[in-house]
Amino acid sequence: MAAIEILDLEKTYHVGFWRKRPKQALRPLRLTIEEGEVFGFLGPNGAGKTTTLKLLMGLASPTAGTARILGMDIDDPEVKAKIGFLPEQPYFYDYLTGRELLTYYAQLSGVAAKERSKRVEAMLERFGLSDSAGVQLRKYSKGMLQRVGLAQAILHDPKVVFLDEPMSGLDPMGRREVREMIQEMRNEGKTVFFSTHILSDAEALCDRVAIIHQGELRGVGAVAQLTSQTQGRVEIIFCAQTVPAALTALGVEARVSGDMVNAVVEEQKQDAALEILRREGIRLISLTPVRSSLEEYYIEKLRARGNGKGAGA
Amino acid sequence: MNSRIGYVAFNTFREAVRDRVLYNLIAFAVLLSGAAVLVGEISIDIERLVVVNLGLTAVSLFGVVIAIFMGIGLVSKEIEKRTLYTVLSRPLRRWEFVVGKFFGLTGTLIVNTLFMAIGVFLALLYVAHKFSPADLWVLVALYFIVLEFLIVCALALFFSSFSTPVMSALFTFALFVIGSLAEDLRGFAQLTLGAAGALATGIAYVVPNFSALNIINEAAHGDPVPGRLILYNTAYALLYSAMTISGAVLIFQRRNLK
Repeated sequence: MAAIEILDLEKTYHVGFWRKRPKQALRPLRLTIEEGEVFGFLGPNGAGKTTTLKLLMGLASPTAGTARILGMDIDDPEVKAKIGFLPEQPYFYDYLTGRELLTYYAQLSGVAAKERSKRVEAMLERFGLSDSAGVQLRKYSKGMLQRVGLAQAILHDPKVVFLDEPMSGLDPMGRREVREMIQEMRNEGKTVFFSTHILSDAEALCDRVAIIHQGELRGVGAVAQLTSQTQGRVEIIFCAQTVPAALTALGVEARVSGDMVNAVVEEQKQDAALEILRREGIRLISLTPVRSSLEEYYIEKLRARGNGKGAGA
Repeated sequence: MNSRIGYVAFNTFREAVRDRVLYNLIAFAVLLSGAAVLVGEISIDIERLVVVNLGLTAVSLFGVVIAIFMGIGLVSKEIEKRTLYTVLSRPLRRWEFVVGKFFGLTGTLIVNTLFMAIGVFLALLYVAHKFSPADLWVLVALYFIVLEFLIVCALALFFSSFSTPVMSALFTFALFVIGSLAEDLRGFAQLTLGAAGALATGIAYVVPNFSALNIINEAAHGDPVPGRLILYNTAYALLYSAMTISGAVLIFQRRNLK
């Protein structure tokens, strides 16, 4: 069963003093995310990622279209018990402690009273917050708040988790922790839908990604497939301080870095390049085909204006 | 009460207490004990009148200020700081959130008023050395002040569901002032003819009638309060706040969170 079905969801805001000027934040969006998938929703700032998440969470109402989560309409209050949400740069009640906040959210999520305390303590433990559980949130660091945010998102054991820019503003250690937590969610069989503009995170975590730009879906694809495509070029790394003239004559793009040279050559010229290296007695370090990166796909889709029609889930 | 409303109300109350809202009690205690000592020194036989008048007016003003400044931030602050995102993405309906906030705020004010009421009665005991049967009307006046808070909280919440905190504070305070003169406004409306009269009558009956809830002077003089007035005022305050909260819910229900 599809975990999330977005059916021509659309949002237009009216801006200006008299609210007469329409601003289309999201053009009709159609997207299906399967159960157990980690799905990346990519796009630059202001692309419509947060708007989509707000519509799915019922924080804003769509101008047209609808969406279903686990087969239930997003307006159905029942659906909220089965989803978890981490907003971008979350802010919580300053004067509550970490434990009180999680207890409050457990109450609102309908976690049974006898199970509540056990669940809260387990979350504090899992996210490394047990020592600071009695400290008020205003004294928490940004990384700790992000961990509280993740804890509240999965506290009630939701089947689908929505994360809006979960790595935003975190240091490398914090980002790594969040990545590991998303991996854990995947291992537990949860569906994770997360928005980001950090492509390396998406490449490392996602099964599939969608690219959105200016409120329009530009493309959807499986990460493994996108990054496995070769480009008809190979990368040769060898030991040398200069690039042999014969290689330059072959049309190789080369970059010298200390005692190493990194050269990229077309696949059909690979043998000729290797022959030159052998003839000159240069030690070869590695030879690998150049694969497409998610970044290239992303840039290509961003540049392809008005090309959303070809996209399909 | 629906349990989710209770959770929101309790959280609102807890946050208000930790946000040092109840610190106003210190200022109130200083003001009242200072006044009690002072009138004890300089006046003869009017100590009770002064203490009741001053005490109840302070209870009312302190409470109204808290109701306005907390009420205007209850919804808008949560939207601004985006705490609402993680709350409304749970199985909590928007009307439950608004009603929970209202109960949390009124709960805070009732606790605050309870402490202040104890202060007023201690001051009374200090100046009169004993309680008298007329002090019962002071209790009724305090009850009317609580009813006044219900309406002010509902108004602040209503305005904050669609307006900025500053504008909400201005609107609520303006209505509090106009409402305190509601009886005069009704008298003026009766004397005015034509369109102006109709307009004045309309305004007089739409604005909350805070003057009917103000019996501080009568309580200070020990005048009895008719049971019918207690009943009418209770029904009026409950109905007026319920209607205002319903308006807030209707607006908030349709609002897109930024």
